[in-house]
Amino acid sequence: MTETMTDPQPAAAGGPLDPSSLAAAVAEALATLAAATDLTELAAARAAHVDGRSAPLVLARQKLGSLPREDRADAGRRLNDALATVRDAHTARLAELTAERDARVLVEERVDVTMPTRRRPVGARHPLAVLSERLVDTFVAMGYEVAEGPELEHDWFNFEALNMHPDHPARSEHDTLYVEPEGAGRVMRTHTSPVQIRALLSRPLPVYVVAPGRTYRNDTVDATHSPVFGQLECLAVDEGITMADLRGTLATFAASLFGTGLATRLRPSFFPFTEPSAELDVQCFNCRGEASRQPCRVCSDEGWIELGGCGMVDPNVLRAVGIDATRYSGFAFGMGLERAAMMRHGVREIRDFVDGDVRFSLPFGIEG
Amino acid sequence: MLILMSWLREHVPGLPPARAVADALIRAGFEVEGVEAVGGLAGVVVGEVTSIEVVAAKKKNVRWCQVRVAEPVTGETDPGSRGVICGAFNFEVGDRVAVALPGAVLPGGFEITARKTYGHVSDGMICSARELGIGEDHDGILILPKDAPLGAHVAELLDLVDDVLDIAVTPDRGYGLSIRGIAREAATASGLPFTDPGSPVGTAAPGDGYPVTVEDTAACDRYVARVITGVDLAAVTPLRWARRLTLSGMRPISAAVDVTNAVMLGLGQPLHAFDRAKLTGPIVVRRARAGERLLTLDGVDRALDPEDLVIADDSGPIALAGVMGGASTEISETTADIVLEAAHFDPVTVARAARRHRLFSEASRRFERGVDPALAPVAAEAAVRLFGELAGGRAEPGVTDVDHRGEPVTVAFPLAEPTRLGGRLYPDEVVRARLAEVGCAVEDSDVPGVVTVTPPSWRPDLTRPADLVEEVMRLEGYDTIPVTLPRLPAGRGLTPAQRMVRAISRALAYDGLTEVMTLPFVGAGVADALGLPEDDRRAAAVRIANPIAEDAAYLRTTLLPGLFDAAARNIGRGQADVALFEIGQVFRELAAPAAPVPTPSVLDRPSDGQVAALNAALPEQPRRVAGVLAGLREPAGVAGGALAGGRRADWADAVEAARVAARAVGVELTAAPDEHAPWHPGRCAALRADGELVGHAGELHPRVVAHLGLPERSVAFELGLEELIEAAARRGPVTAPVVSQYPPADRDVALVVEAGTPVAQVTAALRDGAGELLESLTLFDVFEGAQVGAGRRSLAFGLRLRATDRTLTAEEANGVRDAAVAEATRRTGASLRA
Repeated sequence: MTETMTDPQPAAAGGPLDPSSLAAAVAEALATLAAATDLTELAAARAAHVDGRSAPLVLARQKLGSLPREDRADAGRRLNDALATVRDAHTARLAELTAERDARVLVEERVDVTMPTRRRPVGARHPLAVLSERLVDTFVAMGYEVAEGPELEHDWFNFEALNMHPDHPARSEHDTLYVEPEGAGRVMRTHTSPVQIRALLSRPLPVYVVAPGRTYRNDTVDATHSPVFGQLECLAVDEGITMADLRGTLATFAASLFGTGLATRLRPSFFPFTEPSAELDVQCFNCRGEASRQPCRVCSDEGWIELGGCGMVDPNVLRAVGIDATRYSGFAFGMGLERAAMMRHGVREIRDFVDGDVRFSLPFGIEG
Repeated sequence: MLILMSWLREHVPGLPPARAVADALIRAGFEVEGVEAVGGLAGVVVGEVTSIEVVAAKKKNVRWCQVRVAEPVTGETDPGSRGVICGAFNFEVGDRVAVALPGAVLPGGFEITARKTYGHVSDGMICSARELGIGEDHDGILILPKDAPLGAHVAELLDLVDDVLDIAVTPDRGYGLSIRGIAREAATASGLPFTDPGSPVGTAAPGDGYPVTVEDTAACDRYVARVITGVDLAAVTPLRWARRLTLSGMRPISAAVDVTNAVMLGLGQPLHAFDRAKLTGPIVVRRARAGERLLTLDGVDRALDPEDLVIADDSGPIALAGVMGGASTEISETTADIVLEAAHFDPVTVARAARRHRLFSEASRRFERGVDPALAPVAAEAAVRLFGELAGGRAEPGVTDVDHRGEPVTVAFPLAEPTRLGGRLYPDEVVRARLAEVGCAVEDSDVPGVVTVTPPSWRPDLTRPADLVEEVMRLEGYDTIPVTLPRLPAGRGLTPAQRMVRAISRALAYDGLTEVMTLPFVGAGVADALGLPEDDRRAAAVRIANPIAEDAAYLRTTLLPGLFDAAARNIGRGQADVALFEIGQVFRELAAPAAPVPTPSVLDRPSDGQVAALNAALPEQPRRVAGVLAGLREPAGVAGGALAGGRRADWADAVEAARVAARAVGVELTAAPDEHAPWHPGRCAALRADGELVGHAGELHPRVVAHLGLPERSVAFELGLEELIEAAARRGPVTAPVVSQYPPADRDVALVVEAGTPVAQVTAALRDGAGELLESLTLFDVFEGAQVGAGRRSLAFGLRLRATDRTLTAEEANGVRDAAVAEATRRTGASLRA
């Protein structure tokens, strides 16, 4: 600073503070700023013309003090105007060039966002597990609780307490897998119904439970058979339970499985553990039972899909768990999960459920 | 059960078409699985044989016949005449026969075409009864009456057009295994009158029949025997009966067999015919004696069980009661006199015998499901008449009827019971009327509103009010029941454990594993293949007594074998990168062999002790979660600014997957080195929560991998689900941390330890030594090399320290660091790296 201070100029005409000198300095500054093509040039232009030590307007300001007092105000005003013009021009150009630079850099940094982004392979839940949880949730929302039991059961739970004494003809339909040692009464449960007995023995009345689980039959695996299959059991025992309650519950259930608006029907049937007993049919969700939409691959033109067995809990079952059948009544319902999943998702072979081929499961995703 | 509509109509005139009857039966609880129109025989017409010429052929001569299938019109030359090659010789010129014209389709889908054979164009076929689907007779051509009009449709002429209902009869409805039973239901369902062919008719009075002694009157409460003499068992069963039997699914065999089968199909009473000449002494119904044997009609020589009920004579057992007759008294074509048995056997006795001998016959099927005990004399009389019709026999006047039937069951039935269980009003008069339709006698009792119901003899299944409720409801129609919902008390939703299982499953799926549900059966060699020591709990496999396959006779004790199979299957199908998991029960046999447990009565609630005893007989069935990974764990994708080629799964992925499962339920697992089959002994982590073992993870043993055909370096984990849930349950509610607003102080330390010292030990020591001020601890470098000495390695950790109430001074931070290092040194011999 001291050097410049040693070089005072008179404020005479032709000095750096007179209008024409200032105008020339401004004009040159503006031209230089405008000519700058990138931020580096602009920085040089700024040093040379805006606020650098040797910028003409900066040098001119140093001369201000040497002007006669009466001229100082005018000269100061002119100088400030000139500086303001130049600074504004710099700010504007800086914004322009910064925007240009940013745009160029972002273009240069562009990547192919369609490249594979996966860090983890995609996983999936088993479709039967997802379906089971979906159906269970329907019952839980109604107030049911989920009951569980072992897959290797005692004959007493699987058959006897369910009104199937050792010589009952219905036993022969169960293709039971027996567990060694023979005579110890151990079987692979043939249905989820033994969970009914366990629930009724372990819970206080009223009992409203749903029991999903794996069950077993002596079948080899092929397109339509599997030795292991999923079932879902529903049991309600309370005072005043009726067949009408069963119908209503089944309708709610069928809607959660196949959607609303489908009729259900009960056909009289026989199960040792219910009396009266019925088979539940739900109207085919695909053709809705309309002849005009046939042929229907889902229901084979029956118009109805057989969904499961149900009925009022047999008094002998209630007696076996010490419940007074004249005061309490109940209904029970059981269905096969594979069959429902096959219907709902068009699964062609039951073996797909046990093969564990990821190509089968992946499309079902995680939440179903 | 195949039900011929024309037979049904004989008992219920006016029945609607078959489809309508089927629908009505379905509504009443009889599952009609099919309705088949039979006997159409389009293109099969009456023809007259006008000439026959024998054609010599290699094996057997045939005949070249001219048949006329239209009446000749005066002045024209036999327009309906055609040539047909026929191999049968039982007809002559002038006989009228059934001619299948080209285009006709015979039963079994056999289409008739004109074809060249034996040097002639055979323009159709002359048919046997079997070819027409109306009998078994295939020895010769079916000869039609002389007056059968030429060109007439054979189906119409013989009244063959019919429908067959295929009904799946439920095990409680034995009476449904007969025309009689189905006719009653069809009549009720259609509102038509029904004449019961099983109602007692004027049978011969009991008297001097064939001598019969029933020793076990509980197992045989009725035994009727009739003697029929002078039968001609060479007689051919007439077409009408042959057709009925054939369409009902039974092969016509001989007059005697056909008669017993026809009566059984019609009335539901199994009958048996003994050759009287082969009987020695009186008939005795008794239990078999030790050592007795019986050659049954199927040619099997059977050792009898003392529990078997047999029909015997002086020679010993001659039939297995209610199941099958014996060869020694079998009727043959030379039989002239017959002793006919119409009996009622105890269902359980017959069922056990059939099961014991694996001999399931039409008779046992019916007895097991309940035969009408009142039917025996009626059925015997019906058979006597049919013998007369078909085989020319005459019944001797004496009838044996050993009758030890008990009093009929009565049911005290509250008339309001259907309303209580049905959810709609069933007026008293409706209830009474429906029960009467079933065949029940309904009488008022002393108690108002309660009636005394005597079910009919053919309904042994009706013993309780609930049984009668079902009859009322099904006949009124289940579709008349309204639709309501029960009013449930508030439920508690899923249990914490149930929610946890779902969370674990979802977490693993989101972590890129695919859930499978494999078959839980394994072979005997699995324990060896996994390299399990003998005393391992996983070597205690439960065996299935009647396995589906001998190489899958055991139940899994671990989830891994099923996962390995599924992984190998995927890889074999071209899916090289697999990450699978399964959640499921495993089965581990009890230490002591399961002894038979006395089963509780079903007449009352079992005691807690009884239930506990039943449960104690079952093997351990813990649930587990396991996974297997092979191939790429991370697929090719962008990483570090460029496409990276994917990363193979290694032991750490297995440990991390296990941690993901545990973290899903808020449990942090600590790893410790372990040697545990089937893992690599140097690459296996025992995983613990709060010091309790939860499971294992790591790389699989190379020998196991090779044996199972899995890719090298495959990895796996398996955790106990119950252990995880217990660990999660121990946690209790989370205490919120105090989030410090003060700056952290970071200190790095490099410690040199023996190479075999697990990192976890060092970190645990550092944590404990640093105390509360340690916010986080990160291992950021591991170095082995000359600078740290052989058999040693350097572990570099970053310690982030922070206080909740102040900014730590440098002295404080250094003090904490030094304390941490000191503890590490004390526990692991670690030294600060120079």
